[in-house]
Amino acid sequence: MAIQINGNTYETDEEGYLVNLSDWTEELATEMAKADGAVLDENHWEVINFLRDYYEEYQIAPAVRVLTKAVGKKLGKDKGTSKYLYELFPYGPAKQACKYAGLPKPTGCV
Amino acid sequence: MPVLHIVNKSPYDRNSLDTCLRLARADAAILLIEDGIYAAQKNAAASDKVQHALGKHPIYALQPDLQARGINPDNMIEGISLVDYDGFVKLTTEYDKLQSWL
Amino acid sequence: MASKRFLYINRKAPHGTVYALESLEVVLIGAAFEQDVSLAFIDDGVYQLMRNQDTTAIGSKNFSPTYKALGDYDVSKIYVEQESLETRGLSKDDLMPLTYEDEDDDWAEKDSIHIVSGAELAEIIEQQDVILNF
Repeated sequence: MAIQINGNTYETDEEGYLVNLSDWTEELATEMAKADGAVLDENHWEVINFLRDYYEEYQIAPAVRVLTKAVGKKLGKDKGTSKYLYELFPYGPAKQACKYAGLPKPTGCV
Repeated sequence: MPVLHIVNKSPYDRNSLDTCLRLARADAAILLIEDGIYAAQKNAAASDKVQHALGKHPIYALQPDLQARGINPDNMIEGISLVDYDGFVKLTTEYDKLQSWL
Repeated sequence: MASKRFLYINRKAPHGTVYALESLEVVLIGAAFEQDVSLAFIDDGVYQLMRNQDTTAIGSKNFSPTYKALGDYDVSKIYVEQESLETRGLSKDDLMPLTYEDEDDDWAEKDSIHIVSGAELAEIIEQQDVILNF
């Protein structure tokens, strides 16, 4: 599978995750969201950028439990709840947000 | 017919280094790569035999493999020479035979 | 379900074989089940925790920063055998610092790594319900 933007082709796996992490751009994230019928606002970007930072530091996409706890610590307690994250990413915060962030599917995510 | 002996296993996991040191002749050189580079660490159980071997053979270690494993060159046994991939290739051309102790 | 005591024993160097990475992935996946998890590093396994590993030049994935995420996964009991370190000319200072935040102590940051003797490790092994070897 692949995503095409402005004549460039970006390879994805069968579930839509980016194959090459270095391909990622904000434009690509917006395009992936559009395909899911979603529009990204600043709250989405906050989580997406958080995930990219987390990956940069630890070389893994965090499990949802870890993500929730870490978001609460970094972005404020009111945001560190599964309710808040599921409202932003209804297909599952770890799965959907990691996809838009250009990360692999979280380890242990089924 | 000088031989370049290549060791890619940790001296604490396999006996490849021991066999290499036992069978290397006087004109041979030794190259440590992959997990073989753990033999280059000083003040360790294998240091004495490597130190002793340095009196008989030039010993080289592949720098990218040291870097990958977090071995600081300052903690290496003195006398071991670091080579990069180009140096590795050059060594293989300078010796008549290569023996890899897998 | 009552939680069981799981111990993962790691005895292989990190980059020469796939055991270390496989173990780490199983630990992270297993952490979702909220069991009582401990990790032991023995023999060449102690090399997995070396500081400053940089695999750029050998072109393989550098998973060593991932050990630092173990605290986030509530894996905070990491035992390193003293004898294995000594054999390899290493001490605790050669290992990367691994920490966790203690929920029961106002989230104070604490050291996850415990350097233990072989005898202490033998006792830890005896206390487990499940032991997985890598």
